[in-house]
Amino acid sequence: MHVLAIAPFPIEADLGKWLAYGLYMIIGMLFGAALEQAGFAYSPNLAAQFYLKDMRVLKVMFTAIITAMTLIFLSSGIGILDYAKVFVDPTYLWPGIVGGIIMGVGFTIGGFCPGTSATAAATGSIDALFYLGGMFTGVFAFGESVDRFAEFWYGWSMGRFTIPEWLHLSTGVVVLLVILVALVFFWAAEWFEKKFGGVDKKTLPRARYVGAAVFVVLGLVAVLIGQPGWEQKWDRISVEKEAALANREVQIDPGEMLELMNNNKVKLVILDVRPESEYNLFHLAWSQQVDPSNEAIQALVSELKDNPAKTAVVTVSNGEAEATQAWKVLVAEGVPNVYILSGGLNGWLDIFAGPDIRPVTYPVADNESRFVFASAIGSAYSASYPDIEAYELDYTPKVELAAKTGPEAGGCG
Amino acid sequence: MTTRKITPRPERQWMNPYLAGVLLGLVLFAAFFITGNGLGASGGFQRILAWVEDLIVPNHVNTNGYLANYAGGSKNPLDLWIVPLLIGVPIGGFISSWFSGRFIVRTGKGPGISVKTRWTFAFIGGAIMGFGARFARGCTSGQALSGGAVLSVGSWAFMFAMFAGGYAVAWFVRKLWN
Repeated sequence: MHVLAIAPFPIEADLGKWLAYGLYMIIGMLFGAALEQAGFAYSPNLAAQFYLKDMRVLKVMFTAIITAMTLIFLSSGIGILDYAKVFVDPTYLWPGIVGGIIMGVGFTIGGFCPGTSATAAATGSIDALFYLGGMFTGVFAFGESVDRFAEFWYGWSMGRFTIPEWLHLSTGVVVLLVILVALVFFWAAEWFEKKFGGVDKKTLPRARYVGAAVFVVLGLVAVLIGQPGWEQKWDRISVEKEAALANREVQIDPGEMLELMNNNKVKLVILDVRPESEYNLFHLAWSQQVDPSNEAIQALVSELKDNPAKTAVVTVSNGEAEATQAWKVLVAEGVPNVYILSGGLNGWLDIFAGPDIRPVTYPVADNESRFVFASAIGSAYSASYPDIEAYELDYTPKVELAAKTGPEAGGCG
Repeated sequence: MTTRKITPRPERQWMNPYLAGVLLGLVLFAAFFITGNGLGASGGFQRILAWVEDLIVPNHVNTNGYLANYAGGSKNPLDLWIVPLLIGVPIGGFISSWFSGRFIVRTGKGPGISVKTRWTFAFIGGAIMGFGARFARGCTSGQALSGGAVLSVGSWAFMFAMFAGGYAVAWFVRKLWN
């Protein structure tokens, strides 16, 4: 069955690097043209924002943001765009705020921001050339001095952190709220223009009310259709992924697991989805206990995605059933390099159980432990981290660390 | 033989800001939809600068942790989508200004200052902006526009901080623009 590709597209893989870069250049040209049409190639237009006379900067920026935002989340809502693969600027809270304040100062004094200065220089603005010279100087100064405040600059990292996650609201509601906030800003901007710039509101086109109404309606639609849950995302990829499960392409043998635990070139995340009481009795070294509910697994997604590219995630349970369910949720949510411990911990202990871990003598269900533990000492058993030298295990290696699925260095990377 | 003078097209007024915003928003959406990346500028400037530094002082680049990330060893800092995107920006700006009769060699400034004063402050402001943009890991395009549209918390905090910084200093430099 052919599965329809979902945006965004791996254009560098599909088109080849040079065609893809050509496409990026065309996007850049459209960007430059839009900035020029907006009047952003003429510095007094930009500086006027800070004297409340002409609020062009705020109007253009917020209209652009709500236009793109609404289209992005409507596309994601109807399932033609995978938001998980869209680059979201990682949050470094205080460095961002301090940098923002510095930039605001430079904006008012210099009369441009970096993108607009590149546009302006190409439209004959001589001041933009001086600005560009200054900007390269500032960028250079940053590169030479960042070591002195590296601790602050690399600190406050919160990864991919979105407003819906922060406010614990659904994405649709946040989209609608942002639209309403933007409309309030526009109303205030026009009030300031009237008061400080002497702009007669009656000269402004009435069509902008129609535009405002359209945005509110689209915001309500975004609330109504919502965003796809992991089940819908799973449905889109289930054909391919069920085949991978059936062919046992993602279940790694204990031997490979032990090799991973000893491989210091790969970051290993072990998610133990058994109940906490069983985890306390015995678990693998460095594993973390996670409630097996789909919601608890989903809560880990953004954290797991912020891991470096060479990270393998392995889900473990007594058998394979719960670990496989957790695997499905993580894979549907776009976490890369997720694997299942083949045979579960029961299979693991068949090989590695020491004298302090005995097999039970009565029959148990597949998802229960087939072993009895002498005491609840967690990962202090030798079977938690067996000596790799003591075993010679044959296995078919399955772990292939694919490049991250989402763009890594977007924004201003 | 007659010489034809190139007459620029009559200057047209800038687009209505809301309409221009929709246009810019469509470009931003197209960028995200097709490539997964938004728009950006300052990262491209950083990469061009790192490339120049790597030509002149490769050892310094390799030992500075921040620069090595861009151009250390055999890394080519220009080999990332943001560089061709940034190259497109002035081309698009030029074409747009030419066909709207707005390609004008001039210095945009407030009425109360000389051209040379404006040039000096454009340089100073540019330097502050360049430093700040790297500090914030992105500029108005990469952080405010792109991060804002995909609802990044950090980008929204950045955006309000930028407006706050701009308004905080506006009164002190009012002679530049009024």
